[in-house]
Amino acid sequence: MKHEIFETNVIVLALAIVVTISIGGLVQIVPLYTMEQTFEKVEGMRPYSPLEQAGRNIYIREGCYTCHSQQIRPFRDEVERYGHYSLAAESMYDHPFQWGSKRTGPDLARVGGKYSNAWHAEHMIDPRAVVPESVMPHYPFLAEKELNFDDASAHLKTLAMVGVPYSEEQIAKAVEDFTVQAQGEDGEGDVDAFLARYPKAAIGDFDGNPEKITELDALISYLQMLGTLVDFTKFKPELARR
Amino acid sequence: MNQATAQGAPEYNEDVVKLFTLAATFWGVIGFLVGVIIAFQLAFPALNLGLEWTTFGRLRPVHTSAVIFAFGGNIMLGTSFYVVQRTCRQTLFGGKGLASTIFWGYQIFIVMAALGYVLGITQGKEYAEPEWYVDLWLTVVWVLYLVAFAGTLMTRRESHIYVANWFYLAFIITVAVLHIVNNMTIPVSFLGAKSYTVGAGVQDAMIQWWYGHNAVGFFLTAGFLGLMYYFIPKQANRPVYSYRLSIVHFWSLIFLYIWAGPHHLHYTSLPDWAQTLGATFSIMLWMPSWGGMINGFMTLSGAWDKLRTDPVLRFLIAAVAFYGMSTFEGPAMSIKAVNSLSHYTDWTVGHVHSGALGWVAFVSFGAIYYLIPKLWGRERLYSLRFVTYHFWIATLGIVLYITSMWISGIMQGLMWRAYDQFGFLQYSFIETVEAMHPYYVIRAFGGVLFLLGSLFMVWNIIKTIGGAQRDEEAYEDVHHAVAS
Repeated sequence: MKHEIFETNVIVLALAIVVTISIGGLVQIVPLYTMEQTFEKVEGMRPYSPLEQAGRNIYIREGCYTCHSQQIRPFRDEVERYGHYSLAAESMYDHPFQWGSKRTGPDLARVGGKYSNAWHAEHMIDPRAVVPESVMPHYPFLAEKELNFDDASAHLKTLAMVGVPYSEEQIAKAVEDFTVQAQGEDGEGDVDAFLARYPKAAIGDFDGNPEKITELDALISYLQMLGTLVDFTKFKPELARR
Repeated sequence: MNQATAQGAPEYNEDVVKLFTLAATFWGVIGFLVGVIIAFQLAFPALNLGLEWTTFGRLRPVHTSAVIFAFGGNIMLGTSFYVVQRTCRQTLFGGKGLASTIFWGYQIFIVMAALGYVLGITQGKEYAEPEWYVDLWLTVVWVLYLVAFAGTLMTRRESHIYVANWFYLAFIITVAVLHIVNNMTIPVSFLGAKSYTVGAGVQDAMIQWWYGHNAVGFFLTAGFLGLMYYFIPKQANRPVYSYRLSIVHFWSLIFLYIWAGPHHLHYTSLPDWAQTLGATFSIMLWMPSWGGMINGFMTLSGAWDKLRTDPVLRFLIAAVAFYGMSTFEGPAMSIKAVNSLSHYTDWTVGHVHSGALGWVAFVSFGAIYYLIPKLWGRERLYSLRFVTYHFWIATLGIVLYITSMWISGIMQGLMWRAYDQFGFLQYSFIETVEAMHPYYVIRAFGGVLFLLGSLFMVWNIIKTIGGAQRDEEAYEDVHHAVAS
């Protein structure tokens, strides 16, 4: 075929470009939505609690992903350093994903439960107080700022629209669940009902200041649940092979 | 191309090209400066200041967006408007009103995006951080850009569409597709900035890196190859080396690039088949990339001596050399075994900067130095010696930058996987952070040099526009002396 047709007709050239650049993307993206094997079969995954999701939004807002990954690769050293390699199922409710691309700091995919709340609170306010060689920015303002969670239901509703399986009950009780999780047994909320909605969630005051629910409370509640949901005693890698 | 300027040239819209050129220079300096600041923050964390607006996490997107979309974007829009008018022998479609709307619309996009990052408004997707309202705004501006560019092509007075315009058109169309698909989100409320992406987890990751790698492939490569195909032949006063090669490498480049995204996701939870496809196509991509490099280089056939006497051409050709180098390094890093070491380390950062500083910025500097005297009707630049100073200072900065990042990246990758004699991990994570420090200082210093070089350019531009000519030894004299 003569190439002249592309050089003399803008529409032909533009259409040929569209076709040429569409093939690769279609082949790589569409099957991820249609193939069953995209996600491993696991037990324990649940949507984020309203407080955890708020913490996740702060994680995104502060650009934590520019230095921390949330994706453990299946190498001996990574599994020993961070824990079981990451599964696709573990980020299936992540809008957007936060796998990251750079480890200026360590991977956080399984940081949940590894450090105490007090350690996290001090570390966020002044990282070098607990890790002298750290180059992480300090975030004292997170402990000051009270969290505004009036629109918690709207957030859950939006997430439901993009596919997170929040129940009607979870959406209706979103604002209430904020305080229940952040106050824990010290508050007046129904902790058992909350934990039934969000199994394994960490509860109680997180930032060492029970007087108010701060952005730091939310962020730590998120960090403390990262990578803790899937029950690996029931996970069979051979079934997850893709 | 030669006929375009020779006979019956219509009145071109050069005002908008002037604006884009100045805006690119302005945002370039801002982008380099923020890069230097965040480089120092990694070496000396106290510089984060503990304020919410000045942390690395918020400033890093300011740096990346400023250099890619503000510096690179303004260069792309400006040069494409300059090139399309001349190679079509037609004034810009849509008139002055459309051109100004595109210019100011694009600057408003930049300011909205950057303000958002500093205030904590971000989607949290690399190189696609602007939230939904900024994305919508950019979509409108981009469609107007397509109308102006394609409209000029359609009303051209040349029989054929010049090769540079194929690349520019592929850049405009593909960036539109990538931008729209990767930014599909649902806002929480119409009065709030926050939105949630439609994709989640592994699907969102695939879409993001399909976008992310092709921001490199189409924004920073195809578009800038368009620039190369006009400005190198013009500055060297030689025709493009091979017409056939330009056809082959154009179609193969845009076909192959789009597949390369999954190499950013090696060994992750992305299914293996997608990773393998990504690696395979990334390695194949080496060929069309070098096709472009060869076409750029060989355009100098019979005119290589000009590199000695023309520092502007030196910028353009050194850019092609850096392009060749980083498009060789990239396929190598997309091999899974290599990637297992390089991923998550500074090696990737160094690789990006050899392409961004060496290729994109250098070819842009070449185009700016070409355009400034032409647009403002000056006989020549204020100082060619300053161009040479800029070139060497910036080159030294790049060398410091990429070598320090090679060392720190490979070292950190090796430290992460090192075992001691008892079979335990040899280094804690924080020991690897500590080991980075000297290289972070060297890298920041390399950035300072690159910034300093750009200030020579700013001064040169100001004086050239002012009509001054620096009293200096001319390069031409040396050339003629040698030639005779």
